[in-house]
Amino acid sequence: MGPQHPSTHGVLRLLVKLEGEIVHNVQPHIGYIHSGIEKMTESLSYTQIPHLTDRMDYLSAHMNNEAVSLCVENALQVEIPDRVKYIRTIMAELQRIASHQLWWCATGMDLGALTTFFYGLRDREDILDIFEETCGARLTVNYSLPGGLMFDIHPNFQRKVKEFIKKFKKKLPEYDQLLTGNVIFQERSKGVGILSKEDAIAFGVTGPTGRASGFSCDVRKHHPYSAYPLVKFNEALGTEGDTFRRYQLRIAEMWESMAIIEQLIDNIPEGDYSAKMKGVIKLPEGEYYQRVESARGEFGVFIVSDGKKNPYRVKFRSPGFSNLFTINHIAKGWKIADLVAIMATFDLVIPDIDR
Amino acid sequence: MEFEKYDFTPITQSIHQALLESTTPLLTLIIEWTIIGVLYLLFVAVFGLFLVYAERKVCAAFQQRLGPMRVGPWGLLQTIADFIKLLMKELIQPKSVDSFLYNLAPFVVIIVPFLTISVIPFAPGLQALDFDIGIFFVTAVSSVGVIGVLLAGWASNNKYSLIGGMRSGAQIVSYELSVGLSLITMVILAGTMQISEIVLLQREGWFLFKGHIPAVIAFLVFIVAGTAETNRGPFDLAEAESELTAGFHTEYSGIKFAFFFLAEYINLFIVSAMAVIVFLGGWMPFHIGGWDGFNAIMDFIPGLVWFFMKVLGIIFLIMWFKWTFPRLRVDQILTLEWKYLLPINLFNILLMAFLVLMGWHW
Repeated sequence: MGPQHPSTHGVLRLLVKLEGEIVHNVQPHIGYIHSGIEKMTESLSYTQIPHLTDRMDYLSAHMNNEAVSLCVENALQVEIPDRVKYIRTIMAELQRIASHQLWWCATGMDLGALTTFFYGLRDREDILDIFEETCGARLTVNYSLPGGLMFDIHPNFQRKVKEFIKKFKKKLPEYDQLLTGNVIFQERSKGVGILSKEDAIAFGVTGPTGRASGFSCDVRKHHPYSAYPLVKFNEALGTEGDTFRRYQLRIAEMWESMAIIEQLIDNIPEGDYSAKMKGVIKLPEGEYYQRVESARGEFGVFIVSDGKKNPYRVKFRSPGFSNLFTINHIAKGWKIADLVAIMATFDLVIPDIDR
Repeated sequence: MEFEKYDFTPITQSIHQALLESTTPLLTLIIEWTIIGVLYLLFVAVFGLFLVYAERKVCAAFQQRLGPMRVGPWGLLQTIADFIKLLMKELIQPKSVDSFLYNLAPFVVIIVPFLTISVIPFAPGLQALDFDIGIFFVTAVSSVGVIGVLLAGWASNNKYSLIGGMRSGAQIVSYELSVGLSLITMVILAGTMQISEIVLLQREGWFLFKGHIPAVIAFLVFIVAGTAETNRGPFDLAEAESELTAGFHTEYSGIKFAFFFLAEYINLFIVSAMAVIVFLGGWMPFHIGGWDGFNAIMDFIPGLVWFFMKVLGIIFLIMWFKWTFPRLRVDQILTLEWKYLLPINLFNILLMAFLVLMGWHW
């Protein structure tokens, strides 16, 4: 299957050994996206790195940028304004909703319900409009920089976000009506592709995929950053670890994200949108690691600095990579159609895996 | 009955008589065959194009968008433009395919709807063939299509196509049973297999309402099994695009692909038409036994209009399934058929036979 197969959502190649329809072995082959972002960052300054990171997992672009920004800020031990923390968190949660919306429509499409695709894109459009007004970009938002934000928020920002939340609270139940409650969908997903908690931990599966198996791994809870210590929200957890639970969990996460945004949107403090930073950032010698919760799981940035203006070595810990490589373990013995369903609920973004 | 004022028999008979008087009987037969053949070709082409347009508009409505809008008013000419494009496409044949079978498959698939359509009464007197075994003929002929799909899947020399072909082989052969059995249930009720007779029997009320519970069960089973037989969603396993890219017709291009496409849509029409004939009274207006005034008002609408209104209604229902349901898995499809539909159907036949034996059916 692949690299041009319609349900691999990008250039992923799966070498599938079949007996009739039954999957015997799945071997993911990656490397078709020759991006080499980790290597490229070694020749870039710290303010330039975020311009590349949002091109990896383009569906959680803001979280990737935030991770790099936080890593550099922690290394320099800069105190950033509260306003920045609030805005970053709101943006990250909006980004998470947008990502889950796209995941939802793609999942429906993979299972043969094409209509879901248009429902998800319809609602995602509102978030992209907010992004466009805030920072000029719709997909690779590139809003967060070491020290703060690129620009201040647009005067319409708060109003539009509130409008979106109000609207989406009515639209999200539609998702359940169309797909979740459907008997065919439940037949296709319940009990399919079970990932146990032990396996999830052993494979390093994070994010909604890991939490559906009962692995409490939400970085926002366990290692809070930005404005997350200030908000109340539940970590959506499941125990079954099957395709249906992974699906439900992401729907639940959209509700949680909306709750987080609601708590923050009216309380954005006044102040600067960026800390005072030097023109050329130089990190002190050493190793720095920062993790954030991206839409797909734990996204980590590891920077080794030798004190120069560009990093000596950068390594990204991308969630999709660990998630993808469980596929052989859990898809074995299921049918091709299930392999597609399992892949869909892993929410793979290929440039995230293939850095 | 009043509906006879829209009867086409006088027109067709006068054409027949005029031909007989001016030429020999053999030539008359040949001319009539040619006319009917051309008319059916035209109908299939035009109605096929219309169905493609309708599907795109229905799908657009479900998906909150407009559908084709650019070519012609409301995009009406879009399918015609698409058809011309398909005609002009190069016919690409992959290297090591079984050339004879590969080229034969589209024709086998397209023959079936042409054969089946010949027994469908569009209006009183507008039916090419009126066998006394009409229902039997439909079930017999419609099972040929699966051979074309299997041939296409096998001959394409492509693993996806092979899986698609085998899937649809298993699926169509299974659902053929349910379709056949639910038709037999209604044959028991009607007491005849002649299609024109079945339609006429429904002048007092459609079978769906007159046949009590077994007719309703048979109708539901027929709609499900009919959807499966046309290879449409949620049973479109043969061409499941997210699993098999396009299934059995992956390797076909241009007009050969169009044949598969057209066959699918005409099969959709035939399944709907059969449902309408057997359960909803065919071209028969909506009558309620005893309500003569009401029946007379209903008779003002011609049979042709009634027939197409009902058929389009069923077609819309089947399209509705396709655009809202996810796709079933292959084993679930077979489970549904063999563990649920077939036993229900067998029981339903007994129920109907009992009903008819006791004389409770009219």
